[in-house]
Amino acid sequence: MRKISYAQAGMEALVEEMRRDPTTFHLSTDAPDALVKEFGSERVRATPIAEGALTGIAVGAAGSGFRPIINWSMVTFSFVAMDQIVNQAAKIHYMFGGQVKFPITFRTSVGGGRRVAAQHSQSPYSMFMNLAGLKMILPSTPYDMKGLLKTVIRDDNPIISFESNRLMGFAGEVPEDPYTVPLGKADIKREGTDVTIVALAWLVHEALAAAEVLDKEGVSVEVLDPRTLVPLDCDAIRASVQKTGRLVIADEAGPTAGASAEIAAVATEDAETFAKMKAPVKRVCALHVPIPYTPQLEDHVFPDRDNIVAGVREVMDAG
Amino acid sequence: MALTQEKQLEMLRIMQTIRRFEERASDDYRTGDIYGVVHCYIGEEAVATGVCAALNRDDQIISTHRGHGHCIAKGADLKRMMAELYGRETGYCKGKGGSMHIADFSIGMLGANGIVAGGIPIVTGAGLAAQLEGKGRVAVSFFGDGASNAGPFHESINIAAAWKLPMIYVCENNLYAASTPAASTLAHSDVAARAAGYDIPGVVVDGNDVMAVYDAAQEAVARARNGEGPSLIECKTYRWRGHTERVGGADPRPQGEIRAWQERDPIERFVAGLMDQGCITQEAWQEMDEEILAEIEEAVQFAIESPFPDLEAAVEDVFAE
Repeated sequence: MRKISYAQAGMEALVEEMRRDPTTFHLSTDAPDALVKEFGSERVRATPIAEGALTGIAVGAAGSGFRPIINWSMVTFSFVAMDQIVNQAAKIHYMFGGQVKFPITFRTSVGGGRRVAAQHSQSPYSMFMNLAGLKMILPSTPYDMKGLLKTVIRDDNPIISFESNRLMGFAGEVPEDPYTVPLGKADIKREGTDVTIVALAWLVHEALAAAEVLDKEGVSVEVLDPRTLVPLDCDAIRASVQKTGRLVIADEAGPTAGASAEIAAVATEDAETFAKMKAPVKRVCALHVPIPYTPQLEDHVFPDRDNIVAGVREVMDAG
Repeated sequence: MALTQEKQLEMLRIMQTIRRFEERASDDYRTGDIYGVVHCYIGEEAVATGVCAALNRDDQIISTHRGHGHCIAKGADLKRMMAELYGRETGYCKGKGGSMHIADFSIGMLGANGIVAGGIPIVTGAGLAAQLEGKGRVAVSFFGDGASNAGPFHESINIAAAWKLPMIYVCENNLYAASTPAASTLAHSDVAARAAGYDIPGVVVDGNDVMAVYDAAQEAVARARNGEGPSLIECKTYRWRGHTERVGGADPRPQGEIRAWQERDPIERFVAGLMDQGCITQEAWQEMDEEILAEIEEAVQFAIESPFPDLEAAVEDVFAE
């Protein structure tokens, strides 16, 4: 099968969906050439650097029968639009009693590793998970990126596509034939029997690398990628943990009130799952600090395969 | 452009309906039948009425926290409005929005909004939708003097001007942002002067003169429908009541100022003019008022007789299915 990059997979999803649905249009502070060329500058607009306004414009256009696709670029810039995201997009369907749909795709990049310091190295998806009314995806492979993003664009709700900085150039198999990946369906990226690692985005790949190391030590690791954070596939997480009895969660974000905390609760709050657990949950996350610039410090702050291996050993030792 | 007698009387009816609706909402808020917070539009009726008279049903508007007047002027159903204030399942938002979030997308009313300036980008998106659709629809943003100092105002108007969106930005300058005098927060005394920075027309009109508001709106709407882009209309007006009904009697504004503006009552002025022209008699005016009061009483009865939502409704409509 052909291989394309994570970034190319995202672009393919956009092109296919914009061809499919004339009510889609694209707003971002830089208009992607490929889209402008095919769809013209009416449907693919470069906006002023005014994320608040363009996010609100998406809400209004969505409520008027269109299906806007917004690219905030780095998630840093979404914070400029917080009123429109938190007070408007997330609540407007409920607040108005479900009168009309607000189908909006927000794309944004997250994560570190690019030596761009604190503002541009964030993974704040749990801030948005805390709001009712937004769905969100966090793909880890080109295949998932394309399939999920197509589903997102077709969905009738505001959805944030969090896309990993570190994976933009990562190549993977993507079929030529059209397909979609459903929201709320986790994917077992590697099957195992001794411990479940629920890993997010870039850390899926680090977890797979860690699993190879651990395999040589006789530890059979299952790697589960939730792929969507809202809705979260609680059933799949619980089923895997019931099978292995142990849970390690790997997230590039900090631990405090993070997606990792939510995933831990999903497993431990469930009596049936808890009953089968042999060891305490272990979270392998970034340190709870703004992200530093210099490579020595940045690499220290973020978790990687070595931290995951250590986390799994700790859990195996505990029971 | 001269309006027919019939149209002018319809505008009078809308203004008086807003006035009577707000009086009733205020009364029922005081008795505890309406919850939370209510912001009354009394004194500003000419603005919503004059602007909406220049619009078609499929044109879109967005409102503010002080939204009842805009709803009524755009043609919202009084029963569903009152039921929403009463928190009933028959309300526009099934009792989940209340006074600050009444919307009726079927008549192009994109909602009241609890965030000052929050609606301006949203309705600008409706303007973009209208442009992409190409059917000649326009969109109107109502906002106050307070919102004109916030970023979304400037960001949105700049985009609308750059893209020539079919937008009309209507500033209801009632001289106070909550309790803060506009004079102490506006760098220029006229919000309309800011239009120059965006190379669009900006006009100041007497917001208590419904025909002056209509004329300005008509011109801006024609321009927008013609593909010539947005306009900014500043309506100088005044709210008779406190910022919210919750404030009660504690109004920080000078009593003399309030009285002076009450003497410029937009409804009395309009009625007087219509009587001079022989469009309406004192008896007919009184009859119209009684009909309006009856209609509002009917809306209240509808609200009272409507059930509260089932508890299951709390978890419905978070997402569209």
